[in-house]
Amino acid sequence: MTQTPIDRLARATPPSLSRKVRGLSDRAIAWIFVAPTIFLLLAINIFPLIWTVRLSFTNYAANKPNAEVKWVGLRNYERVLTDDGIWANMTTTAHFLIWTIVFQVVIGFTLAWLINRKFKGNDLLTTLIVLPMMLSPAVVGNFWTFLYQPQIGLINYVVELITGTPASSFSMLGPGGLAPWSIVIVDTWMWTPFVMLICLAGLRSIPDYIYEAAEIDRASKWRQFWTITVPMVLPFLMLAVLFRGIENFKMFDMVALLTGGGPGNETLLTSIDLKREAFEKWRTGYSSAYAIILFVTVFGLASIYVKALNKVKER
Amino acid sequence: MSNLSSSWSVTEPSNLSKWVAGIVVVAYTVITLLPLVWIISTGFKSGPDSISYPPKVLFEPSLEGYVNLFTTRTRVAAEEFQALPPPETWYDQIVRDQGMVIAGPSRFGERFLNSVIIGFGSTALSILLGTLAAYAFSRFKVPLKDDLLFFILSTRMMPPIAVAIPIYLMYRELGLSDTHLGMILLYTAVNISLAVWLLKGFIDEIPREYEEAALIDGYTRFQAFRKVVLPQAATGIASTAIFCLIFAWNEYAFAVLLTSGTAQTAPPFIPTIIGVGGQDWPAVAAGATLFLLPVMIFTILLRKHLLRGITFGAVRK
Repeated sequence: MTQTPIDRLARATPPSLSRKVRGLSDRAIAWIFVAPTIFLLLAINIFPLIWTVRLSFTNYAANKPNAEVKWVGLRNYERVLTDDGIWANMTTTAHFLIWTIVFQVVIGFTLAWLINRKFKGNDLLTTLIVLPMMLSPAVVGNFWTFLYQPQIGLINYVVELITGTPASSFSMLGPGGLAPWSIVIVDTWMWTPFVMLICLAGLRSIPDYIYEAAEIDRASKWRQFWTITVPMVLPFLMLAVLFRGIENFKMFDMVALLTGGGPGNETLLTSIDLKREAFEKWRTGYSSAYAIILFVTVFGLASIYVKALNKVKER
Repeated sequence: MSNLSSSWSVTEPSNLSKWVAGIVVVAYTVITLLPLVWIISTGFKSGPDSISYPPKVLFEPSLEGYVNLFTTRTRVAAEEFQALPPPETWYDQIVRDQGMVIAGPSRFGERFLNSVIIGFGSTALSILLGTLAAYAFSRFKVPLKDDLLFFILSTRMMPPIAVAIPIYLMYRELGLSDTHLGMILLYTAVNISLAVWLLKGFIDEIPREYEEAALIDGYTRFQAFRKVVLPQAATGIASTAIFCLIFAWNEYAFAVLLTSGTAQTAPPFIPTIIGVGGQDWPAVAAGATLFLLPVMIFTILLRKHLLRGITFGAVRK
């Protein structure tokens, strides 16, 4: 065993004291073990959260730290909630959220169901499919602007090859209404593997004897799929949807670099708008209220969803 | 699980269905890997090749992207350019071929190093704190245990930009803006919730009897933790560490808002690599390749732990 400073320190302390330290009660150990984590969370999660709440009642602007700070009560909240732009952004976010979830669930479940046939090499393919979700969304999102270039990009070229639509006649990121779908495509490409992995865990948790019993009862494959496979995978699938939902409600990096909210405000998700308000327009008080409203929304929706999920699990 | 089903079992899929499934999955894999292949191949294209239409699948490989990634270049007047001595090195030659001269090194190396320091620093800290907390949550009656775990998870629901507002102000006051320490602490705080959650699951799986036996043998609680629990939890700790590292490595929102000069990591830097008339795509692709490739290799080598960790972290509840 190598000598650590702690060992040396332990030998240097008088036996009575060292016994006291080394023979700490379980209760004391529990607190010593948990304290640093609690401290870090208090300092970097809770304290800032309280500060955000405080700021949300003021007209503070972070780029003018010396200006007089006025208490404005609920005015910021009122202004956020009555702002038409913000409701438009919520709609944009909802569109992004719903379609990414639909695509990822359909493709992810299908892939998991196919991979569960256990053909040769399925684990290698699983690993390769998972690659996109491990990569930096910012770096990859930035590169997708290149793939989406109307004049030179790979995507437009492939579309021209398959459908005959001239590549320079449409722009995935430009005006024309395609941009909201472009971000859905990239997110689906990145995160379908996540839904797939969770579904795969669900499928593998179904014991074979259930299918064997169904087989003895002469249940058709179709019926087995709808009465065994789907209900048993459903809790897993719902969990995957919860995680994707929370993540995509927060979505910032990939979309910030792919479209930056444009063209116009077509892909202006709430997180990107919040960044503009807080760090470009420097309306700190207003954007704090905005942030709190977003947090309460996610938290509320997630809680309702978890209740529904628990009901499904109990069945 | 798979050893339960044998080849004559009624639940074993038929050979035909295996073939069909295999072909569909291979097709999906090829399509999904295409953008990644494109990133890597664009890194080896010359500027004109990278923006030619139709896109070039076969091209003469060039190191222009990599040279541009690591250098800054300037254009000089034509007569001055003619008067220059012949290029000394192969990379001088590549820059000269673009009609420019090397002005100095770029900041990519520094940014990459920052990513390494902040990534590994925050991972080490998350694992140290997370393992201790997870052990306490797993073995002792900590008051408010359930609330605490729920709280830890709910911190992940906050959009990063919302968290960044007060952190930005706090770091400005404390002088932690744009420092390695500030970013390490921040990433640790973000990661620790997942780390505790995952690690508690791994430690829950280790039978308590092992430690109890050690305690009876005269070990203190701390010794039992160090000599019995830690070795048993090693694989779990390793896979948790991978998740923390990947998060810190890939993170963009905090990095772009809280760092600008000294502590900036690679993700906010790579999209700012520009050449003549917009982004220098071969250089961007070269930077992206160097940045993404370690994660890809990691994923393939450590697939067992990684895939298990993803499902384990999400499914256990």
